[in-house]
Amino acid sequence: MKVDPATAGAVEGVITFKGVPPKPESIDMSQDPACVFGNVTPNRSQAYEVANGKLANVYVYVKEAPLAGARFESPKEAVALDQNGCRYAPHVLALMIGQTLHILNSDPALHNVNAQSKVAPWNVSQSPKGAPIDKVFAQPEVMMVVKCNQHPWMKAYVNVSAHPFFAVTGPDGKFAIRGLPPGEYTLAAVHEKLGEQTTRVSIGAKETKSVGFEFGVK
Amino acid sequence: MYNAHYHRFTIFLTACTFLLIVAGALVTSNDAGLAVPDWPTSFGNWVKIPPMVGGVKYEHGHRMVAQFVGFLTIVLAVWTQRAETRAWMRKLAWAMLGLVMVQGVLGGLTVLMLLPWWVSTLHAMAAQTFFSLTMLMAVFASRRWLDAEPSPVEDGGSVSLRVLSMAGIAVVYVQLFLGAGFRHQGMHFLPHVIGAVAATGLLIRLSVRALSGFGTIRPIKAAASSILGLLFLQILLGFGAYLTRVEWGRDAVQPQLSMVLTTVGHVAVGALLLAHCFLLAVQAYRHTLPARGDSVRAEKAAAA
Repeated sequence: MKVDPATAGAVEGVITFKGVPPKPESIDMSQDPACVFGNVTPNRSQAYEVANGKLANVYVYVKEAPLAGARFESPKEAVALDQNGCRYAPHVLALMIGQTLHILNSDPALHNVNAQSKVAPWNVSQSPKGAPIDKVFAQPEVMMVVKCNQHPWMKAYVNVSAHPFFAVTGPDGKFAIRGLPPGEYTLAAVHEKLGEQTTRVSIGAKETKSVGFEFGVK
Repeated sequence: MYNAHYHRFTIFLTACTFLLIVAGALVTSNDAGLAVPDWPTSFGNWVKIPPMVGGVKYEHGHRMVAQFVGFLTIVLAVWTQRAETRAWMRKLAWAMLGLVMVQGVLGGLTVLMLLPWWVSTLHAMAAQTFFSLTMLMAVFASRRWLDAEPSPVEDGGSVSLRVLSMAGIAVVYVQLFLGAGFRHQGMHFLPHVIGAVAATGLLIRLSVRALSGFGTIRPIKAAASSILGLLFLQILLGFGAYLTRVEWGRDAVQPQLSMVLTTVGHVAVGALLLAHCFLLAVQAYRHTLPARGDSVRAEKAAAA
């Protein structure tokens, strides 16, 4: 399906975190010397990345839309997931079905990449600074855990979408989803620990709507 | 006839199997079950030992201990076949070899199938069954078992020690299934907690019955006392495992030492508890006889 750029709208906003976020847990990487040598910055859990009240690593996507049956072309460019310093970068990513996930190992450490997909899970090893691994997903999934069982603190969250209307918040908590056909949508924001929030949004022709989500620890 | 070398070998096999259970529990507690993605090779190699760091240390270490126990079990089967005059012992040794092979395949399957809970749970149950059998073999090969001629005592209880001890084994198996099912993320922990209450009640009744009715029979006294002590320890470890894993460690970024210690301890003591229930049952069958009333009832039931 091709969206008419003459009428396409957008939704953008900021994800905020209310209250004091949990103190990031320290990670002990001493069980693998290759991880210790590869790290120069303090190692902390990436579960709650909050700066100035803005929450990073939130997957925002169009959950329900008048797009049923529509097929969107997958981008040709791959999305990279690197293992660097025995951490995944990025921590949360999103791509379309049919789009390539390009998995790199920049570490001098052996990793295994264990994708805990609910549809088609897989687990492969990747040698130190080894050849990249390319994977393609055939079904949409939200917050699929990708983990390394050699270094159990290593977790990334991969989101696979059937359409191109999604974003992942950066350190400023901002997101923007562009090219939306006019219509009524359910927008969802998902965090690995804080769960999902949804809101209804109506987009008119060439309209940009601003939407905010507020998360907090109960 | 008593063979000291053979007896020592069965004890050695029991100790190695216990070590194997601890090694297996360390794999799960350290979330290392898929650190080596292939099987039966490790990173494509049959023999080469990979760098023993991170999760590989636990997963490949477990495989190495398992291979050693498998080798010891082959030795046990061949040795028993050649040296043992009791036919049922020879059959038991070969059955153990079959079980250890099935166990190896279950371990491989759970890796290849990415740890489905029911395969991992079967693997855990087979492990503890095998450990119990090694312990029984060590008892059957002991001088005390071979030399002493038992003079069975009549059991006049409303429920015989034989029946109670079999119920003890059954309830520990149910607990093992529920606990392993929760540990491998196949079920909620609540059934395991409810099962713990039932198991505690039954095992206390079993031990008290054994000690009060047959406390003068040393093997029964030893097994029943051990069950009581292990049960107490197991409850403490279970509570500790609940706190460290479910309450405090739910969102932990990596397995914490306290969680690893309590959960591995809970698995290991669980294995000892099951093995001692088997021991008590064996001793109950050796040293007690159903009361006449029981025999009559059993005969009537058989006739019906």
